[in-house]
Amino acid sequence: MSTQTMTETGSTDRFRAKLQSMSGVLLMSLGPVVAAFILSGIILLILDVNPFSYYGYVFGRGLLSPTGVQATLTRMGPLLLIAAALIVAFRAGIWNLGGDAQFLIGAVFCAAWTPLMAPHVPVWLGLLAGAAISAVFGGIWALVPAFLRAYQGLNEIITTLMMNFLGISFASVLVKLVFLDPTTTVPQTRTLAVDDRLPTLFGTTISSGLVIGLIAILGVHFMMTRTAFGLRLRVVGGNASAAVHAGLAVPLLTVAVFAISGALAGLSGGVAILGQYGNVRADWNPGYSLAVVPLVFLARFNGFAAIGFVALFSILSIGAESAARRTGIPNYFTLVTIGILLVMLAISEYYGAKRQKAGA
Amino acid sequence: MLDASTPEHSAQPSTEAPPIVTFEGVTKRYPGIIANDSIDMEFRAGEVHVLLGENGAGKSTLVSMLSGLQQPDDGRILIDGVEKPISSPADALDIGISTVFQHSMLVPSLTLVENATLGRKWWQAPDRAGTAGAMKTAAERIGVTLDPMALTGDLSLGERQQAEITRALMRGARFLILDEATAMLTPNDAARLGELMQRLAAEGMAVVFITHKLNEAVAYGDRISVLRLGKKVGGLTPEELKSLDAQEATNQVVRLMFGTQGAQSGDAERPDMSTVDRDAKPTLELLALYADSGRVPLSNIEFKVWPGEILGIAGIDGNGQKQLAAALAGQAPISDGRVVLDGDYIDRMSIGQRRAKGMRYVTDDRLGEGTVGTFPMSINLLLKEIGEAPFWRSGLEQPEAIRENARRQVRDYDIRTPSIETPIGKLSGGNIQKVLLARELSGSARVVIFEKPTYGLDLANIAATQTRIRETAQSGAAVILISTELDEILALSHRIAVMDQGEIKGIVENTDGARHKIGELMSGVKK
Repeated sequence: MSTQTMTETGSTDRFRAKLQSMSGVLLMSLGPVVAAFILSGIILLILDVNPFSYYGYVFGRGLLSPTGVQATLTRMGPLLLIAAALIVAFRAGIWNLGGDAQFLIGAVFCAAWTPLMAPHVPVWLGLLAGAAISAVFGGIWALVPAFLRAYQGLNEIITTLMMNFLGISFASVLVKLVFLDPTTTVPQTRTLAVDDRLPTLFGTTISSGLVIGLIAILGVHFMMTRTAFGLRLRVVGGNASAAVHAGLAVPLLTVAVFAISGALAGLSGGVAILGQYGNVRADWNPGYSLAVVPLVFLARFNGFAAIGFVALFSILSIGAESAARRTGIPNYFTLVTIGILLVMLAISEYYGAKRQKAGA
Repeated sequence: MLDASTPEHSAQPSTEAPPIVTFEGVTKRYPGIIANDSIDMEFRAGEVHVLLGENGAGKSTLVSMLSGLQQPDDGRILIDGVEKPISSPADALDIGISTVFQHSMLVPSLTLVENATLGRKWWQAPDRAGTAGAMKTAAERIGVTLDPMALTGDLSLGERQQAEITRALMRGARFLILDEATAMLTPNDAARLGELMQRLAAEGMAVVFITHKLNEAVAYGDRISVLRLGKKVGGLTPEELKSLDAQEATNQVVRLMFGTQGAQSGDAERPDMSTVDRDAKPTLELLALYADSGRVPLSNIEFKVWPGEILGIAGIDGNGQKQLAAALAGQAPISDGRVVLDGDYIDRMSIGQRRAKGMRYVTDDRLGEGTVGTFPMSINLLLKEIGEAPFWRSGLEQPEAIRENARRQVRDYDIRTPSIETPIGKLSGGNIQKVLLARELSGSARVVIFEKPTYGLDLANIAATQTRIRETAQSGAAVILISTELDEILALSHRIAVMDQGEIKGIVENTDGARHKIGELMSGVKK
């Protein structure tokens, strides 16, 4: 009798411990999200906007309306590709912040040449060539910081940010002077016919760019965690001296990381053009890359978590565009929410580490 | 400039001057080590008191207690005969204790005067002209010529140290600590600093001079104290120093420092020579090796290591040992000369190619370059074999093979770890070292470089590591053992090379009297 009670207490204790650890994990991952929404809500209150109606508009549009959710999923395609680009680089310890320029350069060359090719080749070939063009030019734009970092030791944070200024202006110059569509008066490239674009999914308006993005981010996650090449990159990122000591070709790996990262960012631009926009207007810069940087940090460079955070960001940004029209809060408010979320996560991480230390 | 005053040494009543600082049974413990073990010492006015000892003998700890950076755990410190703690560097300055380090602490972009005015309160305007005057007077007093308006960065290291001493005098120092102040100086500048020390003592100051060079100690010191493993093992009083000639004094200090008298036990565990086969071709041969790019350039290094032999490399830390290991392993470029392994030139090969030839390097920087601290211990075991079968096949990780390898190494090398997935940074130093040994000694090792292999380990792990080193040689590999622990080198090596300033000063067979010969080579007595 008594032994039975003891085993029962034992199992309930174990169950309770399991529950406790599970609730701990849940608290650590969801707590910051809830706290971020509460704090953003307080800021909205200060701005004299009802946070419930604001977030009602945001989620109503971004998640609950049929057209909204399709826009959200379509936008996720390029964002996921950017996230993949950043995960490769960040896991290798390379802070490629030049994704915006790599995205635009890829987009501009893709938008300039695909419409010229499209009438003469099958659709699939045109799309494939367009995607390849965007990846190649995105990668090329990343090579300058790559060589400076690999062979001169120049800090890539500075060089990639500088290459952003150059790249964004250069893209604009290309559109206005070289790739100008002669048939329109607004400065923009030729437009890719809707029939020649990436197919939509299951009769909705969701672009198949979403599938490309998902494949890219899962592929990158697999490469970084399961392959020898990915491990080499992680060794360079984890401890560059250990990489040298172990005989890894650090400069060559550095250049490879930049090239892959730039190519994925460029492909993101290509997918945005081939799937959604069809052309590039001068001075167009959605600034996806710098917006995705905090998301990738929130996901701790994990591909699966990144999909979740990119989805959240996509909902918020699509929803915020509609909420902006109704409440007068500019859609940049999404970035405020994300920024607060990042701070909340850092705080929870700090306390988590402290609690772990106390427990040990 | 130096002939202003020549100290009359014999007229100095040094033994009768009262001590400024007295240590009585001062003890300082760090986790796992007693850095200073009940030290009794007096520092008298009018004396140059030389502190000698190997790395880790406890000199730095003693100095940091004198300058107020550390507090003793036991014992008393008396200032002018009264018990008084030196509780902070500011406290030390108030007492009149000033320290000059081997690296200049002056701001290079400021003039000497500006440097001298730095200590003032922030609301006070720097009085450049007045300070310059005071500086000149202080400098003249000790027979130093300096231009107060000179930019510090334009001066030589020797001149900067003279300026620092002058600044200390201006602040009313009466107790000057020169912590390895001559280590980076040219011989001329060092001699000048030595004369300055003696003039300061003649002025009635107490000077504490820490050095590795015995000839300097005997030449400039009035009193010598020798530390060994945290204990004061003896010294020479002013009377003894005066009565002995330089050679006799040096011999006596070498005996104290390296414990030649008590060396019988150490000599007993001399390594077994039977594993060495000197008739065979040497496994590793260095031919006039030069490497300019490191912090300490290597010049004209030549030695051979035979199969089964342990070649010890002794020397004070930072004399090119690390550069030598890096150059052999392929991590640092060689500017001239050749390296031959098993009859093949390997000096143009990459790190990976050299490893494939059997070159292994157990680094002392275990977390800095040996491992990736956040990675699981199982992956760190394979850090130098990424992509190789059976752990990776066509570039894909084979988790079961990796786990199996880790489980085997944990068993074979007695690695204590909660799990093979534990990040290696969470293991103790001894277990991290076991992981490195397991990684480097697996496969067919032909040459193994052990760099300070027992540094920072506890006794059990030291013994385990030393056994591994012996076994490595017994299995027929050529071993290079770099260590700053002379006892360890003597216990393990068949021959010992002494490194100093990037050169091999000599190679000694490990026979009777080796300790004394190495001591002389290390201390720069023999050229």
